[in-house]
Amino acid sequence: MDRILITGATFCLLLSFGYTLFALGAGRFRPGWLNRVAILGGFVLLSLDLWNRGHTQGSCPINSLFEVLVFMSWSILLIYLVIGPAYHLSLLGAFTSPLVFLILLVAQLGPKGSTWHAQRDPWVALHASLSLIAYGAFALAAVAGLMYLVQNRQLKNRTAGTLLYNLPPISDLGIANARLLWLGFSLLTVGFIAGHISGMEVNTVKFAVSFLIWAAYGAVLLLRRLHRLPPRRTAEASLGIFCVAMLLLPAIQYLSSPK
Amino acid sequence: MNIVCAGINHRSATLDIREKFAIGSHELAETLDCIRQIDGLAGAVIVSTCNRVEYYTASICPLRVLDGLRGYLQKRTGGNEAVFYTHESPASVRHLFRVASGLDSMVIGETEILGQLKQAYAAAMECGSTTRHLNKLFQHAFRVAKQVRTETRITRGSTSVGSVAVDLAGKIFGDLSGLTVMILGAGDMSEKTARSLVSRGVRTVIVSNRTFERAAGLAREIGGMAVHFDHWPNAFDNVDILICSTSSPRPLITREIIEPLLARRNGRPVFIIDLAVPRDADPLLNELENVYLYDIDSLEQIVSQSLEVRRADVERCEKMIDHHVTDFVAWTRTHTDFLK
Repeated sequence: MDRILITGATFCLLLSFGYTLFALGAGRFRPGWLNRVAILGGFVLLSLDLWNRGHTQGSCPINSLFEVLVFMSWSILLIYLVIGPAYHLSLLGAFTSPLVFLILLVAQLGPKGSTWHAQRDPWVALHASLSLIAYGAFALAAVAGLMYLVQNRQLKNRTAGTLLYNLPPISDLGIANARLLWLGFSLLTVGFIAGHISGMEVNTVKFAVSFLIWAAYGAVLLLRRLHRLPPRRTAEASLGIFCVAMLLLPAIQYLSSPK
Repeated sequence: MNIVCAGINHRSATLDIREKFAIGSHELAETLDCIRQIDGLAGAVIVSTCNRVEYYTASICPLRVLDGLRGYLQKRTGGNEAVFYTHESPASVRHLFRVASGLDSMVIGETEILGQLKQAYAAAMECGSTTRHLNKLFQHAFRVAKQVRTETRITRGSTSVGSVAVDLAGKIFGDLSGLTVMILGAGDMSEKTARSLVSRGVRTVIVSNRTFERAAGLAREIGGMAVHFDHWPNAFDNVDILICSTSSPRPLITREIIEPLLARRNGRPVFIIDLAVPRDADPLLNELENVYLYDIDSLEQIVSQSLEVRRADVERCEKMIDHHVTDFVAWTRTHTDFLK
C-alpha cells in the first residue's frame, strides 16, 4: 500500500503527458478531457497518500526527500487546478503534467534516503509546508515562463506553427507568469516568517541559499513592478531561478537533515 | 436507392454562368416543387451559394431523374445545362461529404459552406421535399464535416492577410475588445485590415494620413478619429496595433522614433502590421522587446503556410470520407423503402 497510490498518481501524470505528445503529433494541441481527468486523478491519489502518511506520522508528511518531492508535486497540481481554469490557462496542464511526472519519477526511483524526525512544532510544519507550496507556485511560474518564451519565439520568428495557434495569448502568459511569481513569493515570505517564529536552528548554508533564492525572486518582482524588467526577461528569470532552486533543493535538504 | 447530384461550382463554371443558375431563397420552394414533378424522384435538396448550385435528389431510377433534371435546367436557363456535372451513388455521397468538409471549396477547409448546407437542408425540410435517405445523407454529411474539422488540420490557420492579422493580434493580446488601432496611411489594404480588427471587437481606431481630409473621411467611415500626420507619435502611447501603408520611400518608423515611445508604454506590447512597399517600418524593430513586426511578406507567408498545412491534410480527410461513404452506402442497401 506504501507506494501504490504514488505509483497510480505517476501513471496518471504519464497518461496525461503521453496524451499531450500524441495530440501534438496529430497536430491537435488542445488540452483534452483526458488531460484534465488524469491530472485530477493524480491529485486525488497524491492527496490520499499524503493524508495516509500524515495520519500515520501525526505530522505534515514532509519528513524525507521522497515525501518532500511528493508534497511538492501535490502542491503544483493543487495550484494548477486552482489557477489554470481561473486564467483560462488550461493548456498549462499539458506542460505541467510532464514536470510533475518527472518529479514523481525522481521520488520513486531516486534514493529513498533517511527519514527525518517528524516535526510536531506547528510553526515548523507551517514553515516547511508553505515553502513547498511556494515552490509549487514557482514551478508553475516556470512552466508559464517557458510557454511565454515559446510563444514569443514563434511570434518573433513569424512562423505559424502548431504551437502558435494552440498556446494562450502571450499577454495572458506574461500576466500568469507574474501572478504565479507573486503567489510563490508571498507564500515563501510567510513560510520564512513562520520559520523565524518557531525559533528553529538553521544551517547557515541552507539559510544563505534559501535567502538568496527568496531575494532573487523578490528582485525579479520588484524590477517587473517598476517596469525595468520586460515580460520576456521575467519569464527567463522565473525559469532560471527555479532550475537553480531545484538543483539546490536536495543539497539544502541534505544539509538541514540531522546527522 | 440512389443519390443523384447535379450541379455547377467555381471550377466548372464562371461567375457569369453561376449567376444564371443561382436560386434565391424567394424561389426555392417553387423550384423544389418543380423538381419534385420529375418522374422517379423521391426527394430533393438544393444548395445554392455564390460558389455552387447543386441539386441532391433521392431516386431508384437515376437515369430518368438526370434526364428530368437536364430538361428542367434547359427550360430554366435556355440551353445552358452543358456545364453541369452529375454524380450517382457512391460518387454523389462522396461529393456531398467533401463539400460539407470544405474540401471542394475555393479556399480549402473554409467552414462557411457547412452553415450554407445546413440552411439548404432546413429549407428543403420546411418545404417537405426531403426523404428518409436525404435526411440520413445530410445528417451524416454534417457529422463527417464535424469529424474532419476536429480531427484534422483542414481548418487550421488563416487564409487571408486580414484574418492572419486578426489571428496574430489574438495571439498577442488575447481579447481584442478595448484595444486601440492606429492606421498610418489610409490605403485600401490597411482599411480592410482595420475593419477586420474592428469586427473582432477593437474599440478605438485612429487614422493618420498625409492628406488630413482622407484620414478624416476614413475615420468617419469606420467610426474612428483622425490625427494630423505630424502628430501620430503623440497618439502612439495608447496604441496597441499599428497598421502602416504609406507611400513613403523611406522607413517612417525607425528605432530612433519608436524607442522613446516604447519607454512610455510600461512594457505593453505593440503589434506593427506593415503593409507598405517599400516598407514603412525598419525591420530591426522586431528585435525590440514587446514589439511584434509583420510586413506584407511575412503575413502572406503565413497565409501560404496555412494553406500548405491544409493541403497536407487533404489525404487524411479523403480517407475519413471514404469510410463514411462506405457506411452510408451500406445503410442505403439495407433500407430500400425509398418513398418514406
